[in-house]
This record gives sequence, C-alpha cells and structure tokens, in this order.
Amino acid sequence: MEQALQAIFSATFVAAVLRVTTPILLPALGGLIAELGGVANIALEGIMLISACAGVLVSIATQSEWLGLLAGLAAGIITALVLAFFHLDLKADIILSAIAINILASGGTIFVVFLLTGDKGSTSALVSRQMPFIEIPIIKDIPLLGPILSGQNLLTYIAFIAVAGVAIFLYRMRAGIHLRAVGENPDAARSVGINVRSQQYLALALSGALAALGGVYLSMGYVKFFARDMTAGRGFIALAAIFLGGKTPLGTMIAALVFGLAEALSVQLGNLRVPNQLVQMIPYIATLIALVVYALVQRQRAIAHQRRFRQAPTP
Amino acid sequence: MSTHAPHPTSPSATDSAAAPLVEMRGITKIYPNGVLANHEVTFAVRAGEIHALVGENGAGKSTLMKILYGMERPSAGQIFLRGKPTTIHSPHEAITQGIGMVHQNFMLVPSFTIAENIVLGTEPSRGAFVDRRAAIAAAAQLAQQYGLSVDPEARVDVVPVGMRQRVEILKALYRGADVLILDEPTAVLTPQETHELFTAIQRLIQVGKTVIFISHKLHEVMEISDRISVMRDARLVGTLDKHEANERLLAKMMVGREVFLNIEKTPAQRGPLVLKVRNLEYATETGVEVLKGVSLSVYAGEILGIAGVEGNGQTELVEVIAGLRTPLSGVIELNGKSIAGLTPRQVRQAGVAHIPEDRLTNGVALTASIQENLIVDRYTREPFTRGGLMRPAAIARNSEALIEAYAIRAPDGSLPVGALSGGNMQKVVVARELSSQPKLLIAAQPTRGVDIGATEFMHEQLVRARNAGVAILLVSADLSEVMSLSDRLAVMHAGRIVALFPSTEGLTEEEVGLYMLGTKTMSQSEIESHW
Repeated sequence: MEQALQAIFSATFVAAVLRVTTPILLPALGGLIAELGGVANIALEGIMLISACAGVLVSIATQSEWLGLLAGLAAGIITALVLAFFHLDLKADIILSAIAINILASGGTIFVVFLLTGDKGSTSALVSRQMPFIEIPIIKDIPLLGPILSGQNLLTYIAFIAVAGVAIFLYRMRAGIHLRAVGENPDAARSVGINVRSQQYLALALSGALAALGGVYLSMGYVKFFARDMTAGRGFIALAAIFLGGKTPLGTMIAALVFGLAEALSVQLGNLRVPNQLVQMIPYIATLIALVVYALVQRQRAIAHQRRFRQAPTP
Repeated sequence: MSTHAPHPTSPSATDSAAAPLVEMRGITKIYPNGVLANHEVTFAVRAGEIHALVGENGAGKSTLMKILYGMERPSAGQIFLRGKPTTIHSPHEAITQGIGMVHQNFMLVPSFTIAENIVLGTEPSRGAFVDRRAAIAAAAQLAQQYGLSVDPEARVDVVPVGMRQRVEILKALYRGADVLILDEPTAVLTPQETHELFTAIQRLIQVGKTVIFISHKLHEVMEISDRISVMRDARLVGTLDKHEANERLLAKMMVGREVFLNIEKTPAQRGPLVLKVRNLEYATETGVEVLKGVSLSVYAGEILGIAGVEGNGQTELVEVIAGLRTPLSGVIELNGKSIAGLTPRQVRQAGVAHIPEDRLTNGVALTASIQENLIVDRYTREPFTRGGLMRPAAIARNSEALIEAYAIRAPDGSLPVGALSGGNMQKVVVARELSSQPKLLIAAQPTRGVDIGATEFMHEQLVRARNAGVAILLVSADLSEVMSLSDRLAVMHAGRIVALFPSTEGLTEEEVGLYMLGTKTMSQSEIESHW
C-alpha cells in the first residue's frame, strides 16, 4: 500500500496522467466542436481507430512518422466527412451513421492489417515510427516540474495547446462564432446568411482532425504499434468529458484530466498484486461515477429547494 | 379610433401608387403538396407608410411575406422594388436589397449577447477574428439612433421579450433594411410594450423606413397603420386607407361574413366553490421556483380568467392542477376533496377537463383518427370497451355525434387529426373535454392559432359551459380575450397572483398591464377579499 501511495505522489505519476489524458482530451475537444455545431459526433472512437491504424501502416511503409501523422489526419478527416455526407446530404440519422462507422472501424482496421501484414492481432512485429518526444530546455532541469512538463510527446503538448486554440476559435473567431450560432439556432444563422450545411461540415471535419490526432498518438506515441480495438472506449469517455465539462473547452480539459487520473491509477495499481481485471475497470467506473455525480449536482438545487419548501410552515 | 396624430406624409407617399417601393404582382404560390397558398395576389407598399397585412391563419399572408423575404419562391408572379423587377431567392438576397423581417419566433441565438446577435453573419472583423468592441459600439450606436433601448452586452436569454424584439429590429436595421416586415409583433407583448413598439415604429417611419405589419388584432391595426390589405383564402380581397376602414368591416373582409366580435354573455350565476387552490408551490427539476404560493378559487358557473405575460407560471399552474406536474406543497381541492398528487387520469375522473395550451403535443395525437382522439380519456370505459375489447360501432357513433355538435369540418371520423386545420383540431379537443361532463374546465390558450370564425365558436362554447354550471379556469395570453370572457380576473406575475379583480367591468387593458409587468401589486388582504 505504501508502495502504491509513493508511486501516486510522484512526478512520474503526474507525467503519466498527462500522457494518458492526451488520447481522451484530443477527441473530446473535437467532439466539443461538433457538439456545439449541432452535429453530435459519436464516431470519435471509430475515427481514432482508423487514424491510429492508417498512421502506423503508412509509417511502416515510408518509415516517416510525419507521413504517418499526415495519413492518420487525412483518414480521420475523410471518415468525419463521410459521416457529414451521410447526415447532411443524404439526411441519414447521425447517431446511427456514427454507430456504423464505429463498427466498421473495429472490424475494418484489423481486416486491413491482416491483408497487409498477415497478422490479425497487431502490427507489433513490424518496425513503425513514433512521434517525437520533446525535451524543453531550462524547464527540464527544474526539480519536480521538469519531469512532468518536459519530455512529453509532441502530441501531448499539442493536445493542451489545442484547449486554448479551440477556445479562441469558438469564442473569438468568426468561423467559430458562426459554428456555435448554427448549433444553437440554425434558423437564426440561416436567416442572416450563414451557410448551415458548410458550418456543420466544418464542425465535423475539425472533430475528425482532433480525434485523428488522438488516434495517431495512441499508436505512434503512447505505444509504437497498432492493435485490435486499441482505443478501448476512449472515444466514448471523451464524449462523457464534454458533457461533464459543461460543454466548454476548459471544463472538457478538466474532465479529461479526471479520467486520465483514473486511468493512470489503474496502470500504477496494475504493477501491484491487485487482480488485473479489477484494476482495468477503474477508468470506466470513474466515468460512470463522474456521470452520476454530475447528474446529482444538477439535481442538488432542486432537492435543496424542495427541502426548503417542505420545511416552510403552511398556513 | 387612432390615438396618434398622422405623421407628415413623405413626398413619395403623396405620389401616385404608380411607383410603389415594393410591389408584388400576380403572385401565385402552390406548394408541392398541392396547397394553393397565394392566388394572383397583387400587393403594393408605398415608401414611408405603415402597411398592415391582415387575414386569418392560413389566408396566405405569411406565405406572401416569405416570398418577399426570399424564404419561398413564387410559382408565378413578379416582384418589383422601386419600380424595377427583381428576384429574391434567399433571405440573404432580401437583406442586400434592403428588406428585413422580424419573425414571430425570434431568430436569435440565446447564449449570445445582444451585440453578438445584432452583428451575427456580418461581424466587424480583424482578419478571422471578430472585433467585439466594435460590435458593441455599433449596437449601442444603432440603438441610440433609432431609440430602441437595449443593453448590448447582456445575453439574449436573460432579457425580456420586448427587448429581444428590439434586438430583432436592430438586427434588420444593422443590415441596412429600408423595408421592415414585422410578423405579428405584438403577440408576445404587454400593452405597455406594445405601446413602446408603436412609438418605435413611428420613429422608424420618421427617418424614412417603411413598415409592413402583419397582425390579426384589428384594434392595433386600426391604431398604427396608414393602409390595410386584407387576405382571405389565398387571395388579396382589398386594400383600404385607414379612414375607409373599421374593425367590423375588416373582420367581415377577413372571414367573408358578418362576425360578432363582442362576446354576448349574461351575468354569472355563481354556484358553490368547485376548485380551491391554496399556497401552491412548484419548482422545476433544475430547481427554478415557478409557483411561489398561488391561491385561487373557482366557483361553479363562473369563468375565472388568468392574465399575464407568458412564462410567469401560468403553464405550470395549469399543469399542476391537471395532475401533469407534482407540486412541492399546497392545497388543490375539487369540491372539497384533495386532488393534489393524483395522476392525470384520476384528476380527470374526479371531474376536471383540460384544454392544453400546446394543442399539437398535448391536445391531440396527430396521427390518430378523430374517433380515437375523441375517446382517449374514456376508452377504458363503457360503452367504448366491453370485456377488454374496443367497440368500433360505439366509438364511431360517439365521433359522429360530436363532429355534428361541434361543427368539426371533416368528411368523417376516421381521418387523422393531423390533417385538420388548427381551428378544427381545437374543436376536437373542446368536443372531447366538454363532453366529459366536467365540474371544472381548465382552458389554456383556447384560441391560440385559431381563426376568427373558430375563435367565435370557442367563446360561445365556453360561455355556454359556464351557463350550464361548469367552473372554468381560463388562461390566455390574449388580454382582450381574457378580459371580455372572464367574470373575475386574476393577474399572474413571477409565479404569484398579484391582483384579483371581482369584475372586469370598467377595467382597462393598461391597468391590467401594470400588474402584468409587476409594477403594481394588490395587497394580499385585498386579493383574499376577492377569493
């Protein structure tokens, strides 16, 4: 137990939290943009998986992490645009279309991997590339802070910088403001000449790009291979983070960190003599608990009111 | 009739009608489903006038204005602006040609500030970024220029309805509108706010704007407009100068026959107490207090009206009494027995009938037939069910009798209710509710979205039920309706009853308006003395 506590209250643990938060935060920011644009994207999971796979395969073929990143991004954006086309042009239900993409991604990625490598489980037998880890001069020598802030993967930095970027986009830039207007009252947006369809295409494309970065991070940063269903529900946990975070960029980041903490905890405890299956449940249970707490907080005011009314003397 | 001095006529208005600012010539619109909405309508608006467009629901006035604003395309006909033929294919094109429209359901983004809403789509920018300070300054300057006071930095969802409407007008002006189409702008306003709006409209005219005013409130039309066009059955039946028109003539043109605008009713024969509500408290699930101790009494054979700006708790009060919402505390008694906390079915069985305000979602099942809609509250009982099986013959007989008695215009009872017009749909609801032999009838917005003919019929039915001894609780946002129908009148503001008048005799709309706004409140003892 002492061992566990020591592990948790260490700089390496905090660094690990940032590391495992990254593949939740990136899709969450993407999902947030789509959500505020009025086109809830529950295909984040599938998009991540497709991008993770495309990135690794291209990096194996070209031995360039940058081409891998590009391929992952392109695959994610294209998948999101396919979803947008189904929903916005063919008028298919967006939830059902997204479920179809998630299922397709799960089976399709491993099918492609098998076709190309003959392995049905993962690409770990082959040499793929990783996105660079970055040592920040000066900061890396600060005790305690150094190991946390320095030496992270490039995509981890991008994820946290993206929080500010997404906030600026949504609240300060024309395109972002138009996108939110479309999400909140499409008729109002249309009546002032904003093209609702193209704004929603944009929202989905951006969500696809951010989810793609999350996917590429998983297979080309967090680890160095693609494995069957390696996203393990992070795309859905990201959705929970959006709502838990009150649909704001900062809130979404905090919620993603909470989920990241839970996952880092499960990794740490996995090293101890606790049953593995139990430990692996932690991130998902944390998500459930967080959503329940959220619902309870929402109702708290109502309950407080009722109590106040009941205590009031009735004349 | 008018309380306004005629404004100085602008030069163009004294010109002949040969060069109107806006002219729609021979407009015909046939929707893909075959509905003829406009039939060879020719409609002209002179520069600098206030032109009212009146007509019943479905007469085609909204379609005509949607065509002018580019939301619909005409099947035939031509639009001329300043004498030149033009085409308007989208609201955006309408705006660039100087035509702005204020819709009945506001086209605002609730979480945005007023300034953000005003500039939306044409924001002052620096590169890809919006210049927020410039937006606020522009909104403030515009508000100042036209005397439409708004707070540019307030969020739209927290400001009152009257201000939201001013935001809509400013939005159109910001985009350079010369012609403003106002679609039933007074429907959501108190008399005071209506007065303010009219003052603002006069000011717009003075600076050279032109206003098209869509309404069905004839006294307002007579008060504000210079000319009035009347539509009926997709056709424009005439355009009158104000001095040629009067309310009765306009009503006759709208309906196509003589209409009785005044409600005939004898003094109430007040019977025993039927509904007693005391200290009713209600809060929504998210904890917003909506009813803060409402007390009222309704007696057999009277109509108790509740006036108030919508959203002050009327909806919740009605639904709490009808059993659709659970109160936090308080007394609800029907003939001395508590009905608080009962299910809607139990409340109905105790003798409460309810005409809900949202007819389309709570009043009828749109895809079900008229027959089925007429028995939804009694299908489990004889004679409609026997031994657990429905009896189609009895159900059909019931619907035939009610269709006849309530003059529901439908070929037969098997038609889905969704195929009926608003007025006939409401008749189905009223037929069902009144035929349940209620002790108490709760009528919420009974004539909303219903044409004049059907309104007249609803009023007759309510008065008839009252004379038969039913206790009636009437909630209506239409102040003239609630004032003329009610025997006693309560006013609701911010979840409380702020006034209770024992009679509507001699009461003016302005007086009631003061209570609706919350600027005046009766003392609790005075209200209680009228219980």
